[in-house]
Amino acid sequence: MAVPRILRAAAPRLYSSLPAPVPAPAPAPAARSPGPGADDRLLTEPLSQPDFFNVKELFSLKDLFNARVHLGHKKGCRHRFMEPYIFGCRLDQDIIDLDQTMDHLQLALNFTAHIAYRKGIILFVSRNRQFCHLIESTAQECGEYAHTRYWQGGLLTNAPIQFGSGVRLPDLLIFLSSLNNVFEPHVAIRDAAKMNIPTVGVVDTNCNPCLITYPIPGNDDSPTAMELYCKLFKMTIIRAKDYRKQREVFHELQSKAEGN
Amino acid sequence: MAAAMRRLLRAGGRRGAALVVAAGGTRSQTLRLIYTTTAAWKKNVAASGPEKYTEAFIKKQIEEFNLGKRHLANMMGEDPETFTQEDIDRAIAYLFPSGLFDKRARPMMKHPTEIFPEQRKIQWGEDGRPFHFLFYTGKQSYYSLMHDTYEKLLNVQKHQDQMAAQDLPPQKEKKNLVGSRWLTKTELEEMLLEKLSDDDYSRFIQLLQKLVTSPCGNIEENYIKKFSREISAQLQKVVIEPLKHDDRGVAFSTGEGERKTSRATVIVYDNGTGKITVNGIDVLHYFPVLQDREQLLFPFQFLDRVGKHDMVCTVSGGGRSSQAGAIRLASAKALRSFVTEKEVEFMRQAGLLTVDPRVKERKKPGQEGARRKFTWKKR
Repeated sequence: MAVPRILRAAAPRLYSSLPAPVPAPAPAPAARSPGPGADDRLLTEPLSQPDFFNVKELFSLKDLFNARVHLGHKKGCRHRFMEPYIFGCRLDQDIIDLDQTMDHLQLALNFTAHIAYRKGIILFVSRNRQFCHLIESTAQECGEYAHTRYWQGGLLTNAPIQFGSGVRLPDLLIFLSSLNNVFEPHVAIRDAAKMNIPTVGVVDTNCNPCLITYPIPGNDDSPTAMELYCKLFKMTIIRAKDYRKQREVFHELQSKAEGN
Repeated sequence: MAAAMRRLLRAGGRRGAALVVAAGGTRSQTLRLIYTTTAAWKKNVAASGPEKYTEAFIKKQIEEFNLGKRHLANMMGEDPETFTQEDIDRAIAYLFPSGLFDKRARPMMKHPTEIFPEQRKIQWGEDGRPFHFLFYTGKQSYYSLMHDTYEKLLNVQKHQDQMAAQDLPPQKEKKNLVGSRWLTKTELEEMLLEKLSDDDYSRFIQLLQKLVTSPCGNIEENYIKKFSREISAQLQKVVIEPLKHDDRGVAFSTGEGERKTSRATVIVYDNGTGKITVNGIDVLHYFPVLQDREQLLFPFQFLDRVGKHDMVCTVSGGGRSSQAGAIRLASAKALRSFVTEKEVEFMRQAGLLTVDPRVKERKKPGQEGARRKFTWKKR
């Protein structure tokens, strides 16, 4: 498949062979929080394998098919840049290639897991009124943030003035529907690109996948598909956060033991 | 040491209101920090950006207020423990007499929570992560309110579906909306501590309305009650007082009436001959003009009780016509007690029981009188 290779080339950091994590030169002084050596270990440990958090096991092709992820819009609504991701067209309705979706979904979930592991702020964005409540509840349950309402212009680009100085911007934007209510690309895609914030987005056959860092070609209109995506994102984020907590506790105990 | 002092003063920065005093001493040269009150050098707090009043600032203000209250009580020679806000106001008015017209411009000493408006504190923790999951929307309280209300609506719909699945009829008892109203926009803004637009407010009310009018909406009554207020009874049925009897056994009734600036009280006695006394003077002498006496006669004429009642009136204020009108209203009100409800309704429709709202219109500047303009000259 051409596309995943291009993507892998674009994000070499995740897969390049890093030097083995260097152990701290001297045991860190007995401190309550893990010392700088432990921090390095915490951050570099998940980068040792391509799919460290094993997100592949969370979904299968059958699940995607049953959740109707492969159903796109009609031929007339097709976006030119979505043509590589479309398997075919039946009775004027586009069918999305689920093999490609699997790869993209794995990359996107892996990336989300790494962001969540590093305690990044994740913002779920969607302008689809039908799933507004579902997405907000998902975000609340993961301990992350959601924005399924009217997007005020300067939210990302003018944040210090809108929210107060010292505000921290999201580290990842997840678009569960990348169009707004007038069927135009959501303003946040462009704004995140301006502010160097990576984006993950579910792109349907009428969407523009251009500025999205990790697009996931798939259906964004069926309730089953949206519930599947919400479930997957929630599970990855919770899994990554739990793993992080585990490692922090482990390092803390280790440093205490070393100190003693 | 001087260098250390300079470093300290420079490091104080904006909040460097601390006077650094070097206590003399051979061995230990301790630097004692003396804090002056912020009131002495307070800059325009309102103009400084979004972080207007930090929690530490408010806390400090409260401490200063309490300390100042005790000093004030000592100054006035009163007990610091039982010094209330009214005592403070009186003391300040005594110590700092001011002739300024605007009460808000006069010196005042109030608890900081009354002076500094309740503001939202910093919305994120030390690591920068905001506390509320809808922080990035900008209107977190409003949208979280909408989220919760929509959740209640979904609950209600689920309940409805369950009832329908079990073939149970939907509950018929509906909450009576007549005596209640929804929160106004200002009240909602106060509740959420956030500015709302009219559109937002109307959307929220529509959602609440939908929740209330849905068949199984009774489940979420507690939630809805938070957003509705009782209106006290608007229509009060006018109570007609029953007849009283004086020591002779004669039934009488009192009534009060007004017209322009006249106020009249009237006592109407039963079994009378049509004698009317006004302020101790016979009606023929008090009201020489026929028009006024006709006014007094009208209620009795209307009820066909012309020679059957005696009347004792007291009236003050106004001129002759308005006094007559006031007595007419008062007597009509008094006669309600003697008469059936149907006739009371007839009286009301005839306009006998309505207070005449017409008063003298004020004169406007640039005009001769209320309506009369100055003579218009073409050139």
